[in-house]
Amino acid sequence: MSAPAAAQVPAPAPAAPALAPTARPRLLRGVRVKRDAVRGVPVLLAPERVIRLDPIGAAILAEVDGTRSFAEIVTALAARFDAPPARIEADAGRFLAALVARRMAEAPEDQA
Amino acid sequence: MSAAPDMPSARPAPAPPLAMLAELTHRCPLACPYCSNPLELTARAGELSTARWADIFAQAAALGVLQLHLSGGEPLSRRDLEDLVRAARDADLYVNLITSGIGLTERRLDALEAAGLDHVQLSLQGVDAESADEIGGYRGGYARKRQAAEWIAARGIPLTLNAVMHRRNLDRLEETVALAEAMGARRLEVATVQFHGWAAKNRGALMPTRDQAKRAGEVVAAARARLSGRLVIDYVPADHHADYPKACMGGWGSTGLNVTPDGTVLPCHAAQTIPGLVFDNAARRPLAEIWREGAAFQAYRGEDWMQEPCRSCDRRGRDFGGCRCQAMALAGDPAATDPVCVKSPHRAALVAAAERDAADESAALTWRAAAG
Repeated sequence: MSAPAAAQVPAPAPAAPALAPTARPRLLRGVRVKRDAVRGVPVLLAPERVIRLDPIGAAILAEVDGTRSFAEIVTALAARFDAPPARIEADAGRFLAALVARRMAEAPEDQA
Repeated sequence: MSAAPDMPSARPAPAPPLAMLAELTHRCPLACPYCSNPLELTARAGELSTARWADIFAQAAALGVLQLHLSGGEPLSRRDLEDLVRAARDADLYVNLITSGIGLTERRLDALEAAGLDHVQLSLQGVDAESADEIGGYRGGYARKRQAAEWIAARGIPLTLNAVMHRRNLDRLEETVALAEAMGARRLEVATVQFHGWAAKNRGALMPTRDQAKRAGEVVAAARARLSGRLVIDYVPADHHADYPKACMGGWGSTGLNVTPDGTVLPCHAAQTIPGLVFDNAARRPLAEIWREGAAFQAYRGEDWMQEPCRSCDRRGRDFGGCRCQAMALAGDPAATDPVCVKSPHRAALVAAAERDAADESAALTWRAAAG
């Protein structure tokens, strides 16, 4: 085999544009959420990456199913956490757009 | 040099590992001159059985390993690879196959997919048949790899291309990026060769020039900006031309472990080059015990082993003193500061050797030997 991942310099998380309300985000194949029983936290598993999810990230991904629009996801999260939708939209939008930029998710928009 | 230093008896238990590299076999149809396998290869007769590997995977998952990298050699040389993938998924591990693609057929790929394979990392020896087949030492290998990439893409299996870069191909880095795009890869690893294993025999033939190393960083930065959201690029720079050492393994015994074809458990793939380290075998001792208490893992864990200038350095929590195997190879002391570091007294010799090797236009390639 070739050089293993001894010391990679990971790709920096690029500044990501926010998601459109009509975008329907979903995780790409090979990317999944799992409850890490040993560490007691939810994790996102992706090619060559493990991301420890905080409760907010886990709550966002629990709403992401490729069917619901980003606007619907924001509404659901705002109700669940009793938080201002604008703030949820900003936080969840940033989180999901970063996953899109890192090729872990996609968020196709509805064709008008 | 000294062997592993004595450790204080009461140390906190280490955090569990995230990843395990399972070198299923040293057998491989290719003979890449930078192969990271040891010079002393394990023969087929010494390889662990299917059941033994399955047990090790289950132990790894229980210990906290989340990602399993099935590697070699060429893992497709194992006829039971599909069973091993299924066993790993049954243990709830994320399964990555690291392969040259040689030995892959559509039927095998279907079987691997059905067994639950999560991701494929395909190696790339060059961007055309002539150069790739020369490095791999295998005529027709490049064409078969392109075919394998098509099969992988057609099934939608996530693909990472791992391009090992060196003096002979670094000037074609843009073409390498374009090839990753054309193959439909989601990720590209631009991995400048690390001079361990067989690569240490090929320093004169493979050492990049300082200009190449500098330009590679610029090409990667431009490609990342252009391809954001389309292709993720991870980059392993040419560390002999860097000012500070790589954070090798994310810190010794902190993040990952390697298991060799016969079950020997290593803190990193080159750890056997450090004299005096004692390694355990997963066929004879529980993996969790090896991780927590194994002498080789304890040897350079944390910071107690560090000498100056590492011991008081602000960067010690970031790069962990660099690579222990490189310190052994170039400074003759595995507890020394990685000679890549500008603070190392061996730095000037490392730079001089790198520049001398990079200018060695007469050096021939020494290909990896075949495993028995």
